[in-house]
Amino acid sequence: MRSRLLPIVLALVAAGPLAAQQSLPPAPFANRQLDDAAQEAQAQDLMETLRCLTCQSQSIADSDAPMAGDMRHQVRIRIAAGETPEEIRSWLVERYGDYVSYRPEVGATTWPLFAVPVLILIAALAIFRRRFARQG
Amino acid sequence: MIAELGLAALWLAAALAALQLVTGALAVRQDAGTGEAAIADLTRPATVVQGILAALSFAALLYVFAVTDLSVKLVADNSHSLKPMIFKLSGAWGNHEGSMLLWVTVLAASGALIALVERRLPERTMQAVLASQGFVALGFYAFLLLSSNPFERLPIPVEEGAGLNPLLQDIGLAFHPPTLYLGYVGLSVAFSFAVGALVTRQVTPDFARAMRPWVLGAWVFLTLGITAGSYWAYYELGWGGWWFWDPVENASLMPWLAATALLHSASVLAARDALRAWTIMLGVVAFSMSMLGTFLVRSGILTSVHAFAVDPERGTFILFLLAIYIGGALLLFALRAGAVSEGARFAVASREGALVVNNVLLSAILAVVLLGTLYPLLTEAFDVRVSVGPPYFNPVGAIFALPMVAVMAVGPLLRWRKDGFGRIRKELALLAALLLAVLILVSLLGDVALLPLLGLALAAVLAVGSVMPLKGRNLRRVPIATWGMVLGHLGLAVALFGMASESAFTKERLAALAPGEATTVGPWTVELEQVAPAAGANWTAMEAQLSARQEGGEPVSLNPQHRTFWAPPQQTAESVLETRWNGQLYAVIGNQAGAGADGPARWQVRLWWKPFVTWIWYGGVLIAIGGALALIGHVLHDLRRRFVRRKAAARRREVAA
Repeated sequence: MRSRLLPIVLALVAAGPLAAQQSLPPAPFANRQLDDAAQEAQAQDLMETLRCLTCQSQSIADSDAPMAGDMRHQVRIRIAAGETPEEIRSWLVERYGDYVSYRPEVGATTWPLFAVPVLILIAALAIFRRRFARQG
Repeated sequence: MIAELGLAALWLAAALAALQLVTGALAVRQDAGTGEAAIADLTRPATVVQGILAALSFAALLYVFAVTDLSVKLVADNSHSLKPMIFKLSGAWGNHEGSMLLWVTVLAASGALIALVERRLPERTMQAVLASQGFVALGFYAFLLLSSNPFERLPIPVEEGAGLNPLLQDIGLAFHPPTLYLGYVGLSVAFSFAVGALVTRQVTPDFARAMRPWVLGAWVFLTLGITAGSYWAYYELGWGGWWFWDPVENASLMPWLAATALLHSASVLAARDALRAWTIMLGVVAFSMSMLGTFLVRSGILTSVHAFAVDPERGTFILFLLAIYIGGALLLFALRAGAVSEGARFAVASREGALVVNNVLLSAILAVVLLGTLYPLLTEAFDVRVSVGPPYFNPVGAIFALPMVAVMAVGPLLRWRKDGFGRIRKELALLAALLLAVLILVSLLGDVALLPLLGLALAAVLAVGSVMPLKGRNLRRVPIATWGMVLGHLGLAVALFGMASESAFTKERLAALAPGEATTVGPWTVELEQVAPAAGANWTAMEAQLSARQEGGEPVSLNPQHRTFWAPPQQTAESVLETRWNGQLYAVIGNQAGAGADGPARWQVRLWWKPFVTWIWYGGVLIAIGGALALIGHVLHDLRRRFVRRKAAARRREVAA
């Protein structure tokens, strides 16, 4: 009788930590820098432009959230494996949508973000011309 | 009892705001000078008493928080009997209702202040100004009383309060919101002045001179509030960032940009009777940005550290108020702007020419920040989620900000009316040479990205350019207001240098250390001596004892903590900063990073060496001091002029008699 229960008890014990996601240890490269300084700098630059999806207005480079840690880990191991930052960004965007990247790309939904500053620039130049042209 | 008194005071204040609106409006309609001034006499006292009542109401709120009256819903939801007193008090505005009451109190108090001391405007314009102030206040009283009553009682008092977000249990909360609100809401004065001047069509240099000190006052507080908020986020969030382009930060930056433009265009209006419509427009825009910021933060439309309230009903209410006030003011502007002619035109090479460039560029930056802040909200309404962050704001903002800094360095050297670049060609050559020298020097020194590189070079140019107006002058006879301008511009150079340096030269070190192990970051060697538990009134913590030393220097002891609060349950990292004149060492202790197979436990340690980062905030403070000096200078000048005029009038009377 006792020997039959044991595997179930063991399974339950093993399942305990899994059920509590929070208590999982963070991924190894969540808080560990790459040894190669140039690669680490690349990773850092990229991390500062990726949104922590479970936080509020924070990049994954400045968040304590477990998910941000996992994403930092992903960024670092992929950089170390030789991927370029842009490849990693598009992989993340494919996975999580445009929302994950703080750097909007020119596209069907974001073109006004780029068109409007150009218009502002033209308007500013026009104002200067009008203001300064007619001087006596 | 005290809570009910507070609520009653709030209702009475609202009633007086209505009275002030009615009497002010009536006084404007009956042309001044017909002798029917009786009703106009009511407006100023109503405004003053309204301010006193709002202050009483706010004092009542402070009282119920101080004694932790748990029968008041707001206290039960946001406070806790075990909190230290300072956080009990500051907790009064660390929530939606309380911060709105603070907002309205500042609004009423600034109204009372202008009613008491402002005597330079024509009386009819003044009546319109106070009516406008009452109209704005009325809407926000309605918002408080109808949908955000801070004094609501619980049917059954609770045993203990829910506590305050630990991130907010910091001395920063005691100062940041009140300072920021003084600036934010102080701009309501500029708004009411603009509306009043539009109503009576009195947009004159005297009007600009009367408005300028009020805008300066609000602007000084806004500058201090933003600076303090940035520093607070920097040390409290524990990751070394000092500006995140978070919508809530942008909400405070936008009124600042508008107010900065307003200050400068008011100077042109005061000195040259030009830019009339533009100045009025900026007065409307500046406070509109404050209200927009209030809407963004208070409506819960953004969910961020700062957004405590998530309740669409309130959002709709504020949106409605926004539509009335901004829409109304813009409509009035559209109707009257034709009647307010633009005034004199001017040459490129003149002080006012440079100020126009500054104004247009500041407005452009404002437009970019507004676009980047609102655009994600707009697309979200159509179920498209995009993020706009530093990689957008930094370069796009820089397109307008960097030329503005260049113009700032040159503008104060030019004379009013008409000048030639030929006259200041020596200065121009010096500044251009400095720009090139710094660019070359920094790019030789190391691999620095383009924006920080330009930032460093322009900071140097601006620093030199900003003190150049003092050259060849007797320093003791330079007007106080000029000192204000010099310090303000120098402050921006200092802040820009800090920003560029932080971005270009920061060194980061993440390490998992066991006690006894050491690591390096920049010029520092940091050893983890031990980790021990610590406790405070409402938290427990693991406290690291770090010993940091620069080569050849004395070791300093740093004690960052990883705190666990229990009311409400949350963990925070208490960073420790070691400040040197040339930068800051930033240390944070994280979680236990697992034990070695045989060794002791390792701890996650995060370290940054940030060269000259503190200059960002020194610069901010310098800018605020500059503003304060300009304010003092203008007020003293005005008082002296009035004194002389009164004396001259007295002498004329004597001679006549």
